Amino acid sequence: MQVPEELQYTKTHEWMRQDAGEAVVGITAHAQEELRDVVFVELPKVGKTVKQGEPAAVIESVKAAFDIYAPVSGTVSRVNEAVAKTPQLVNQDCYGAGWLFAVNPSAPAEVSSLLSAEAYAKQIQAETH
Amino acid sequence: MSSALTAGSLQKTALHERHRQLGAKMTDFHGWDMPLYYTSILEEHQAVRQALGIFDVSHMGQVLVTGPDAQATLNRCLVSDLTQVGEGRACYTLMLNESAGILDDLIVYRIGAQDYLVIVNCGNRGSDVAWLQAHHEGRTTVTDISQGRSIVSVQGPLASRVLEQMLDAKVAGLARFGIAPVRHMGPEACIARTGYTGGDGFELFLPDAHAKRLWDAILSAAQPLGARPVGLGARDTLRVEAGLRLYGVDMDAATSPFEVGLEWTVAANKPDFIGRSALAHQRLQGLTRRFAGFELAQGPIPRAGTELSVEGRIVGAVTSGTFSPLLGKPLGMGYVEPACAAPGTTLTMTVRNQRYAATVVKLPFWKGQTKQPAIPNMERTPDAGS
Repeated sequence: MQVPEELQYTKTHEWMRQDAGEAVVGITAHAQEELRDVVFVELPKVGKTVKQGEPAAVIESVKAAFDIYAPVSGTVSRVNEAVAKTPQLVNQDCYGAGWLFAVNPSAPAEVSSLLSAEAYAKQIQAETH
Repeated sequence: MSSALTAGSLQKTALHERHRQLGAKMTDFHGWDMPLYYTSILEEHQAVRQALGIFDVSHMGQVLVTGPDAQATLNRCLVSDLTQVGEGRACYTLMLNESAGILDDLIVYRIGAQDYLVIVNCGNRGSDVAWLQAHHEGRTTVTDISQGRSIVSVQGPLASRVLEQMLDAKVAGLARFGIAPVRHMGPEACIARTGYTGGDGFELFLPDAHAKRLWDAILSAAQPLGARPVGLGARDTLRVEAGLRLYGVDMDAATSPFEVGLEWTVAANKPDFIGRSALAHQRLQGLTRRFAGFELAQGPIPRAGTELSVEGRIVGAVTSGTFSPLLGKPLGMGYVEPACAAPGTTLTMTVRNQRYAATVVKLPFWKGQTKQPAIPNMERTPDAGS
């Protein structure tokens, strides 16, 4: 399972990339694999305040709807309009074109509670075995 | 349907090992460990629409109703007129209670002059058999023959050609809702031109011993043509696209055949059957809700229980929904006030505080196709299942 080294992760299978003060968020390869067939993505509105660990977006696969939790608190600065139009991008390229939204973090210290690639890889290994 | 139910464990079909080998994601379906999907619900759905899909539906109940009065028993317990179903034919029908609530929807296959094979929903197997036994007429034997038997469903435009070349049985010449014996697979092995996808397809009722070999033979012959094993996930998306109701989801014992739009199954001229007088009463009373299909241009999948409204007033709720890969949009079915059930009516579906416009459309959403694409001849393998 692909777990890029440079990203940070949540226990709930989101990834976060810190990029010029902005936190870009998506779901992991493991999560999209579990969801399969993504057919609808509901993104937060730009300017919305999100809190770490609370639902910020929704992804629906044919099977069910899944909450996507904010890895850090802050204000939504950008959303991926392309993924709202073409939800399959989440399955096709979850770490790239299938990103979901970006946040301007309000509590930078929260980042320390996120998982490293190594720790996240261990967690999904424990979950699947 | 072989393994015994032990405490806390799920029942397994004869093909269970195959599903694991194929890497299926399994799910608990009414106490059965069944494949939800093998690779992707949407890809499996498309395989059935474009080529061929093979399903293990051995969890469904197989009930034999035989004897000189078998027809009278079924005519009493079911809404259809079984005198109109000749040998080698089948009908989709309903079993009602005295208040005309639907106990089950089922297909009755007439496999002999006095012999009927009844396929029932797995969750109703025990209660259906008990009901038929309790209400039998004269000399009728009702036997649950599910144990040790499988049902392999082969659906899609290529199904007829593939099976024709593989089985020693009438296949391509079989009429829709026809049934014929598959002699080399045992005395009660049958093939029927029925299914739950809205398109062309066949269901094979056969002893467990033949199920694996048939499954393997179909897959190896048809996989190069785009065939796939298909799980219950796509079985559900296919049946929604075809507007087919699911018992326990779209209807139950509190549902009348009129409400769910299945009154066409009722033989109006039949002198008597269980539920008849209650049905006559319902017809006079009129309906308070009606089953309807609707589609969204875009938006979330309509999920069971989601409220439907018109101008801010709740008029009904969703019972089934999916995303149609063929039509490229979300589809839903459910109950609404009769005045809101007409095609063209705009409903509002509210999901997570967001409103989405939904338009009532005539069911089915997808009407099927009769054209069968040409495929190259395959080597005939008459011993595929022997």
